[in-house]
Amino acid sequence: MLLTLGFLVLPSAVVTIAAFNDKAMLSFPPQAWSLRWFARAIAYQDFREGFRNGLIVTAWSSTIALAVGAMLAIALDRYRFRFKAVLEGVLLSPLIIPHFTVGLGFLILAAQIGWARTYSVVIVCHVVLVLPFVLRSVYVSLRNLDQRYELAAASLGATPHRVLLTITLPLLLPGLISGWLFAAILSFNEFTASLFVTAQRTQTLPVAMYNYVREFADPSMAALSVMYIVGTAGLIVFANAFLGLGKVLNVEQSR
Amino acid sequence: MLNRAADEASAPHTSCATSNDVAVRFNSVTKRFGEIVALHELSLAIKRGEFMTLLGPSGCGKTTLLNLVAGFFSADAGEILIDGERVNDVPTFEREIGMMFQNYALFPHMTVANNIAYGLKARHVSKTEIDSRVGEVLTLVKLTGLESRKPRQLSGGQQQRVALARALVINPKVLLLDEPFSALDKNLRASMQMELREIQRKLGVTTIFVTHDQSEALSLSDRLAVMAEGHIRQLGTPEEIYRRPCERFVASFVGDANVLRGCLVRIDDTDAIVALDAVQIKVSSGSLQGVTKSSPIDLFVRPEQLQIVDAGKPCATIGTVVALAYQGGHVDLHVECTASPRSRLLVRLPGYEAMTRWPIGTQVGIAVSAGEGVAFAVT
Repeated sequence: MLLTLGFLVLPSAVVTIAAFNDKAMLSFPPQAWSLRWFARAIAYQDFREGFRNGLIVTAWSSTIALAVGAMLAIALDRYRFRFKAVLEGVLLSPLIIPHFTVGLGFLILAAQIGWARTYSVVIVCHVVLVLPFVLRSVYVSLRNLDQRYELAAASLGATPHRVLLTITLPLLLPGLISGWLFAAILSFNEFTASLFVTAQRTQTLPVAMYNYVREFADPSMAALSVMYIVGTAGLIVFANAFLGLGKVLNVEQSR
Repeated sequence: MLNRAADEASAPHTSCATSNDVAVRFNSVTKRFGEIVALHELSLAIKRGEFMTLLGPSGCGKTTLLNLVAGFFSADAGEILIDGERVNDVPTFEREIGMMFQNYALFPHMTVANNIAYGLKARHVSKTEIDSRVGEVLTLVKLTGLESRKPRQLSGGQQQRVALARALVINPKVLLLDEPFSALDKNLRASMQMELREIQRKLGVTTIFVTHDQSEALSLSDRLAVMAEGHIRQLGTPEEIYRRPCERFVASFVGDANVLRGCLVRIDDTDAIVALDAVQIKVSSGSLQGVTKSSPIDLFVRPEQLQIVDAGKPCATIGTVVALAYQGGHVDLHVECTASPRSRLLVRLPGYEAMTRWPIGTQVGIAVSAGEGVAFAVT
């Protein structure tokens, strides 16, 4: 078990140390220390564009996935209809279908119907990939939501629309935020499918990193990874501080 | 809000008196859940301002009946009327009801004031009127000063007051209470019950109260309906239900009951004579219709209707004292008695005297107070 824990931490540790290496080779352990690879990573044009593209794709895909996923989760939780099991299966299928299959599928589809490889292809592809995670997150919060709150609101004269806006959505908020956060992190990190559906103009950061590492082998990659880790960790710490980890992770607080 | 009862009393009534007196009416209501029949062609009329209790074991259909009034689900057959208007197809939010849930279901993300104001906001009442009505109802439930608290910062009793205030502030046509006291400890429960009843009387709001606790039902209700298996078994005032239960189920479910086995000696239209050992006891013959002479009979007697007599004197049965429980105001004697179908009798005697007079192991005779007890045929 200690070995497993070790392997959990070691790669990031090695990369972090390598990022501060002064030498141009990804050698280990480093002989001299420097921050110049950080400067180079930040200055590198492809990384800057990749970062910007990644943010655009992530913002759109996680937000669309949240809206669609929340509506589908409510439909699955509240209503009984034909082919419900089929719908559930289809929605969760990206969990078992490899990402390269999804990416390849979108690539072929886009080529067939003459869909230009713009942001829209990447965004749609990412929505499909992160949807199951949003769906699960919202669905779990819905299950934890005591339906008596909604019944009480209805008994007090609130229309279904009003109940949704003043009771259901506010009480689901932690689940919605955690779902969105999951989706955003997954989308920003997604590489396999993105490789197929991005073009030079739309490549996201992981794709840009891949293209870089094919040509160069200097520690700016490691420096970028460190920034990646710090950024994501910062986001989670922020979410934790303002929302409470218990709520983000969907643990019901007992009264 | 407080003037509501007075307003209605002085308003001229135009429609006919009978329908005007009834706030909630069930006409042959049936409700099924799959194969299970939760309510079977049930009819009941609840009078305006009445405190009606639905009492029964779990699964008897009492909560289903309450939920039908609330409109949380719909009846499979029959009609439900509120204030003379058929509401079968009226959605919950248009029914003008106030409901208090078992766990109160206070909105956790809202303050006390916003919880109470919720129903008024849904009715688009003006801000100033909301403020004054919320203040008024907070005074009524004695919660002034806690407006800005969140529900989780309140004690159980306070949460219950908020739930009551939230249901009352909208002037509901009928107040629905779903086992609201079950989460409170015993002392608090008694005082909350009395307070609720006082408020209910003051406002004159028609109330339907669901409980499985028979002592609660006896102490609070104007009338109560004892339910089992989707039927109303008996409907009456607490006194009628306690003293003249119409069947064995009601006699054993409401209040403590002793069962004595006897034999029918004589029966006419009004009275019947039951022989217990050497003594004969006169009971009402209402519950014995169609029973023939010398059939075996079970006599149901309340613990306070039994007396202890010294062994050897004429009595209904004899037994041995096996346990004594001092309850402060009275003593409960547990008497082992082979003649009773349940082999145990409970005798309730006032004061403390019984503790010393009949110690454990004493052979005693048991007598039934004249005119008490209800008899049923042995089934």
